[in-house]
Amino acid sequence: MSTGNNTGATQIFRIYIKATPEAIWDAITKPEWTEKYGYGTRDEYDLRPGGKYLSLSNQGMREMGAPDIAVEGEVLEVDAPHRLVQTWRLAMDQEAMAEGFTRLTYEIAPTKDSVTRLTVTHELQNAPKLAALVSGGLEEHGGGGGWSWVLSDLKSLLETGSSLAGGRH
Amino acid sequence: MLVYTAKVYPPYLVTYPDRVDDHDADDRNAVFKALADPTRRELLDRLFERDSMSLSELEVGLEMTRFGVMKHLRVLEAANLIVTRRDGREKLHFLNPIPIRLIHDRWIDKYTETRVTALIDLKNTLEAGA
Repeated sequence: MSTGNNTGATQIFRIYIKATPEAIWDAITKPEWTEKYGYGTRDEYDLRPGGKYLSLSNQGMREMGAPDIAVEGEVLEVDAPHRLVQTWRLAMDQEAMAEGFTRLTYEIAPTKDSVTRLTVTHELQNAPKLAALVSGGLEEHGGGGGWSWVLSDLKSLLETGSSLAGGRH
Repeated sequence: MLVYTAKVYPPYLVTYPDRVDDHDADDRNAVFKALADPTRRELLDRLFERDSMSLSELEVGLEMTRFGVMKHLRVLEAANLIVTRRDGREKLHFLNPIPIRLIHDRWIDKYTETRVTALIDLKNTLEAGA
């Protein structure tokens, strides 16, 4: 699912998940969780301002020639389990890498009936290539479904214990 | 002998609409109701072309009052199809593709996606030849 001609601007994704804010926070920041949904990368966070963020390619990605580090960035703000702000640069693609660091914000807020609202804001000014990728615009070209797909998968994992992408990595 | 050493996930078994504890049912109904109106689809199309638009930008060319447009935007926001952010004095609207993705992944996929794809391919082929 692409976001039209919407390249190089801010993209916002909001999803409601029946899980606690803590469970969602762990699923975003702990490598043993990030391996289980979406692109299945192993994400390592040093959770303090100035700390490093690394997303490591999984075996399937490496077999296809991806470098060890898929995404890299720096942690800017940490307020567990409510808010995480970081920089984000796709390191596995030369063109996207050349666009530089973008800014990513996760906001986690409890609502009624033990359902939690997760909002992902990706500021993609001056990063049209990356904007097309994370919007899912390159899905038919093997780029995966971007944030919509990742978050839909995260919801499945937390609510049913199994991911839609399971076994596909 | 089959030895499962790696992570093994069950095959695609997510069938939300049939589950008794389906907390998404109301959300899904809200999405379908929101999409049932042509003006609201037009507003989504405008945000699909260009995100972060104000009410003044969104209402251009629509044959209805500003209040009418606001009402439609509220329905879209309640269905989580748009997300709004304040930027100074302006309220900016963003398309949120997640609810449509969820319906796609959990509901439409159920109906043999290959058949749908085949039909879309056929339509594309026919239209390309026309």
